[in-house]
Amino acid sequence: MRYVEEFRDPVAAKAVLAAIETVVQEIGATAEKPVHIMEICGGHTHAIFRYGLDRLTPKGIEFIHGPGCPVCVLPMSRIDECVEIAERPEVIFCTFGDAMRVPGTRKSLMQAKADGADIRMVYSPLDALEIARRNPEREVVFFGLGFETTTPSTALSIQQAAREELRNFSVFCNHITVPPPIKALLDDPHMVLDGFVGPGHVSMVIGTHPYDFIAETYGKPIVVAGFEPLDLLQSVLMVLHQIRDGRAEVENQYARVVPEHGNPVSLAAIEDVYEPRRTFEWRGLGEIDASGLRIRSKYAAFDAEERFGVGYGAGPRLVSEPEGCACGQVMTGRIKPTGCPQYGTGCTPEMPLGALMVSSEGACAAYYQYGATDERLEAVE
Amino acid sequence: MSTPVKPARLRGDRVTMAHGGGGKAMRDLIEEIFTDVFLPPGSEDQARLTSDALRVPGAQLALTTDSFVVSPPEFPGGDIGKIAVCGTVNDLAVGGAKPLWLSAAFIIEEGCEFDLLRRIVASMQAEAEKAGVRIVTGDTKVVERGAADKVFVTTSGVGVIPPGRDMRAENIRPGDVALVNGVLGDHGATILAARGDMALSTDIRSDCQSLGALVEAVLAVAPNTRAARDATRGGVASALNEMAEAAALEIEIDETALPLRPEVKGVCEVLGLDPLYLANEGTLVLFVPPDEAEAALAAMKELEAGRRATMIGKARSGRAGRVVMTTLFGGQRLVDTLVGEQLPRIC
Repeated sequence: MRYVEEFRDPVAAKAVLAAIETVVQEIGATAEKPVHIMEICGGHTHAIFRYGLDRLTPKGIEFIHGPGCPVCVLPMSRIDECVEIAERPEVIFCTFGDAMRVPGTRKSLMQAKADGADIRMVYSPLDALEIARRNPEREVVFFGLGFETTTPSTALSIQQAAREELRNFSVFCNHITVPPPIKALLDDPHMVLDGFVGPGHVSMVIGTHPYDFIAETYGKPIVVAGFEPLDLLQSVLMVLHQIRDGRAEVENQYARVVPEHGNPVSLAAIEDVYEPRRTFEWRGLGEIDASGLRIRSKYAAFDAEERFGVGYGAGPRLVSEPEGCACGQVMTGRIKPTGCPQYGTGCTPEMPLGALMVSSEGACAAYYQYGATDERLEAVE
Repeated sequence: MSTPVKPARLRGDRVTMAHGGGGKAMRDLIEEIFTDVFLPPGSEDQARLTSDALRVPGAQLALTTDSFVVSPPEFPGGDIGKIAVCGTVNDLAVGGAKPLWLSAAFIIEEGCEFDLLRRIVASMQAEAEKAGVRIVTGDTKVVERGAADKVFVTTSGVGVIPPGRDMRAENIRPGDVALVNGVLGDHGATILAARGDMALSTDIRSDCQSLGALVEAVLAVAPNTRAARDATRGGVASALNEMAEAAALEIEIDETALPLRPEVKGVCEVLGLDPLYLANEGTLVLFVPPDEAEAALAAMKELEAGRRATMIGKARSGRAGRVVMTTLFGGQRLVDTLVGEQLPRIC
């Protein structure tokens, strides 16, 4: 547990919290006029509520929960296509666990499994590869999903399948990239953001330079952060220091893990296997230019879109969000999860209506599960 | 119990559909694998139960039943048979009953190896002897390949609650102290690692154990113990939520007090799971009045099953049915009831 316990040290945390309080006062931020800091990554959103950091930081800081949960931003049409592929009798459909509950227009993968589709939960695309080797008479499809963190492992599985000349393995590629949606958010004229806490796991792969535009073009500070509570608090403090000092830089709090220029092996695999899509749909945010990846034609044999004639290969199929669902507004920081009319009534973790209630890393699910609302967790007597 | 020496009648090494057909093959399976181990020769299928504990005026019977479908059926620290005995014994024990008799029903998948069944049955018998219970009746069914996962076991248990004992969650009062007997989440983490899906290599073993003696030891020194719950599926978080709801009280726990192995924390970090929701098979939560808490803790620590007993929180008036945790840093958050099962996250 090295590299974990020391980042959960309550004594160290108290000192950082005190420093945060001081800087917030120096900036003059208050509950009425707060500093808006977006944590881009759903893992950070989860950690904030899991450790109660939202209640420990001063009222002058308002966390805006960004679009960084790949399960949450997956459009319904893509889930529909997953179900469509999975329901073919010859297919074994392999997926990460937290994609199982995402609602499609007809059903979720979990419901499709109960209806008889052969859907298997895997922990890595390499598990799906092994299932393909063991079931040569079946079509094994891996649901490639996630940001730069998971993109390289899917690429490696495709390269491996090509080397082995596996004929029954393909990937339904829904990999997405972090920088374009941030740019889209910054271009939004309604956006009020003073700084960012950047996703550490993503930067493990891509390094810190892809965020240079945030500081250089938009003049906003960003600090790449680890996932332990102390990492988060230190990163918030670093963002606040930049705001106080009038600086806008890309800083790396997670230097113990994140190399400045990323991981060359992973980047090479990504470059070899994928190319950017012209555009990709994000749930709650709409189409964003160059924000998704598709499999290059040299690996077309392993592209489920090609093999089954679905997805963007068959033309975009936009599906509107459920009535009253305010996921898009929550993700862009315009309202809090509790400001959504469906929150906790029409939309709960048991019966999620919108994307942000699905995965525990979605802002609404984190709010609900950890009781961030006043009604569920008021001050203790 | 020694196994009577008889010529082996089972042919081959696996269960076939013939072993469920009601004929000679089925009788051979039942006698050679099950009754030769569980029952003394000459016993019939129906058990007639006698015990001095039943003759005490005011004594109550307790009955419980549970089905076990764990995959894989054998794992570090136990197997499906041991769990089936421990689970039912513990259900009785946390209700204040002295467990006495069990039934065991087996649903066996065609193709299941006889040797696996023998190991499971031997481990059930060993655990039953340890827990002081007898397996007195049972049932066997064979289903086609694919209709079950090797073997499923259902155990029912009967116990006797001595007069004057009343362990229900409604009895919990504000100020009562919450104790656990040991580390959390070992069973759930063991099963996750044993499934071999994640190339996780750990030394974690299931906490699978019977808790009858532990509960009796606590009650001997803390006679006003209010209630207990074994923290099985859904983990300690679910047990606490159930108790908070039944008692119509709020329960506050302290994250720094939660006993967790570093390996369990590690598995949870890798998979994005919360150890509070991981299953246990030998861990219980007890509520005792504050003036009996120290004695209860000391009594648990005397036993192997309670070596790492600790106080994790307390009940208080407040919002009924709510469980609140003070985090490492002094922040607070809700510990909600889990929706469905925990799903490992993407990254």
